[in-house]
Amino acid sequence: MSDVKISSGHEGNVREQVTAYFQRIKNGEMGALPAVGALVVVGAMFSILSPFFLTKLNFANLFVQAAELTMLAVALVFVILLGEIDLSAGVTAGVAMAAFFLLMQGGTNWIVALIVAFVVGGAIGALIGFFVARIGVPSFVVTLGLFLGFQGLQLVMLGEGGIFRIDVPEIKAIMNDNLPTWGGWAFLALMLVLSAAVSLWDRARRARHDLSNRPIELLYAKLAVFAILGGVTVYLLNENRSQGVISISGVPIVIPIAVLILFIGTLVLDRTQFGRHLYAVGGNAEAARRAGIKVANIRITAFIICSMLAVVSGLFHVSRLGAVEATAGRQIVLNGVAAAVVGGVSLFGGRGRLVHAAIGAFVIVMIENGLGLLEFPAGVNLVVTGSVLILAATIDALSRKRGNGVRS
Amino acid sequence: MDVPVIELSGVLKSFGPVDVLKGVDFKAYGGKVTALVGDNGAGKSTLIKGLSGVQPYDAGVVKFDGEVVHVHSPRQAGHLGIEVVYQDLALCENLDIVQNMFLGREEITELTLDEASMELQATKALQSLSVRTVKSVRQKVSSLSGGQRQTVAIARSVLRKAKLVILDEPTAALGVAQTEQVLNLVRRLADSGVAVVIISHNLGDVFKVCDYISVLYLGKMVASVKTSETTQADVVGYITGTKSMDGAAA
Repeated sequence: MSDVKISSGHEGNVREQVTAYFQRIKNGEMGALPAVGALVVVGAMFSILSPFFLTKLNFANLFVQAAELTMLAVALVFVILLGEIDLSAGVTAGVAMAAFFLLMQGGTNWIVALIVAFVVGGAIGALIGFFVARIGVPSFVVTLGLFLGFQGLQLVMLGEGGIFRIDVPEIKAIMNDNLPTWGGWAFLALMLVLSAAVSLWDRARRARHDLSNRPIELLYAKLAVFAILGGVTVYLLNENRSQGVISISGVPIVIPIAVLILFIGTLVLDRTQFGRHLYAVGGNAEAARRAGIKVANIRITAFIICSMLAVVSGLFHVSRLGAVEATAGRQIVLNGVAAAVVGGVSLFGGRGRLVHAAIGAFVIVMIENGLGLLEFPAGVNLVVTGSVLILAATIDALSRKRGNGVRS
Repeated sequence: MDVPVIELSGVLKSFGPVDVLKGVDFKAYGGKVTALVGDNGAGKSTLIKGLSGVQPYDAGVVKFDGEVVHVHSPRQAGHLGIEVVYQDLALCENLDIVQNMFLGREEITELTLDEASMELQATKALQSLSVRTVKSVRQKVSSLSGGQRQTVAIARSVLRKAKLVILDEPTAALGVAQTEQVLNLVRRLADSGVAVVIISHNLGDVFKVCDYISVLYLGKMVASVKTSETTQADVVGYITGTKSMDGAAA
C-alpha cells in the first residue's frame, strides 16, 4: 500500500499517553473532570464545615439519597444524547407506580404488578417517541403536556392527597436493607473482574488485527484506582454506622442494582450499533439518515429506555418511603436534567456518558445533604444548586470554545 | 476506449411543466476524472440526484459497467458502487473518523462493535489515498479542518469500494493549500481505478485535475471534451451558451 503512518492514539509509552491525555483536556475534551472536581471541592468543604458530614452514617445516607436522582439522570441521558428532553420522566414513574399499587390492591402478585409497571413505563416512552419521531412534535412540548397530564392521572388513580403503604419486604429492602459484609466485597470483586475483562477483550481484539495497544500499565493503574476507591467505600459501608444499640452495617442493596444498570447501559452506548447510532443521531441527524440509519426507530427506542429507567427510579422512591404517593415525581425531573448537565452531558445532544450524569447527581445530592446538615433553610439549597448548574454550563461552554479554536 | 463505468443516454427529467433534463448524454470512465460544469439551474444537481437514486429519471438509459440498470433508491446506488459526497459532507462532528467512515455499516463481532477491524480498514483506506494530513484516525471530526473533513468523506467512498464517486463542489469552502490537498486526493482516487465525477464552478480546479469536461446548458449536454483539447475560454463559452460544439463528442 503505502508507508504513510496514521496513528490511532494507542501508540506510545506511559509518559506519552499521559501527555496526550493532558493535551486532550487542554483542547476542551474535559469529560467528567469538572464534575469530579466539583464533587471533591463540595465534599471537602462540607467535611470542614460540618462535623456530621464525614460520619459513616451520613456517608451511607449520601448513597441512598443519591440513588433515585442518579437513576433518573441516567434515564434522561438516553434522550438528552439525542438533543431531546423528557420532562415527564418523573411523573411517568409516578403513574407506573400508581398502576403497581392498584394492581397489588386488586390482589395481583407483586412481581407481576411490577412487571406491568415497567410495561406501562415502556408504553408511555413509546407514546412519547411516536409523537416526537413520527409526528414531529417537539419533545419539550409532548413531555410538558404529559408532565401536566400525568400529575392529574396520578391523582385520578390514587385520589387526592393519596399515600398508600406498600408492604412488600423485597421492595422495601432495596433502599432500607444492606448486603452482608462479604456481599459488598464480592460485588466489588465482580465489578473489578468485569471491568478488567472488558478492557482485556478490547486489547485482544486489537492485537488480533496487529493494532497497537496502550501500555498495559495504564490498565493496571485504572484498576488500582477503582480497587482503592471501591475498597474504601465498601470498607466504610461495612463498618457499624448505627448511633443506637442495634448495629447497622453493609453496602445498601440499592448500590449494586444501580451500578449494574450503569455498567450495562454504558456497554450498550459504547459497544452496540444502537449506541453508536444514538450518538450519531444526536450529533447530526441528517448525516445519520443519509448513512441509512432509521432515525425514528432510534428516537422511539431511546424514549422507551428513558421511561423504563425512570420507573426504576420511581421504584427506589417507593422503596425508600415504603409507600406510593399521588404527588410523586413532580420535583425530581428538573434535578435530573440539572444532574446530567452538571456532569457534562450536552443538552444539544451527541455528547456525554451515563457516568457523567451519575457524578452530577452526586454533586447535587451532596449540596442538598451538606446544606441540610449545616441547618441552612431549603431556599439556600435551591439557590446553590442553581448556581452550580449555571457554573457547570459556563465551564462547558468556555472549554468548548477553546477546543474549537484548536483546528489545524 | 474501454467501457465507461457510467453511461447515460437520452435522460429526461421534469418537475411538473418544467423540463430540467432534456435528453442528456453523459459518460465517465474508470481511472479518469470527469468534470460536470454548468451555470446554476443547468441541471447538474438533478442529473446527480438521478444517479444517486434520490430522484430517479423519467426516461433514458443508464448503463453501469456496460449493463442497463435502474437506480430507484440511494441504497440501490450504494449496492452498484455509486457514492455521492455532498457539499455538506454529512459527517457527525461528535464521532471520530473511524466511526464516521463506518456510520450505518458498522461491523459486529461477538455481539458488539468490532472497533479494531473498523479502525484497521479505515486506516488502510486513508493510506491508500496517501493521506498525510490526518494525525489520528481516532480524532473527533469536530477537531478537523474543512479539507480534512473532505478527505474523510472521500475516504469513506473508498472504504465502500465505490466504482463511481461523485463529488459535489469538493473545494467550494476551502483555502488554497487545502484545495490543493483535496485535488491531489481526487487524482489519487482516480488513479486507483475509480471513475470520479466532480461538480465544480471553479474552472481553475477543473483544468488542474480533470481528464474530461462535460458542460450542461439549460438541461442539455452542450459539450463533452478532453481537457487537453480545450481552453478555459471555450468552456466559459459553453457554460454561458455563447458557444456551441459542432456535433463532436469526446
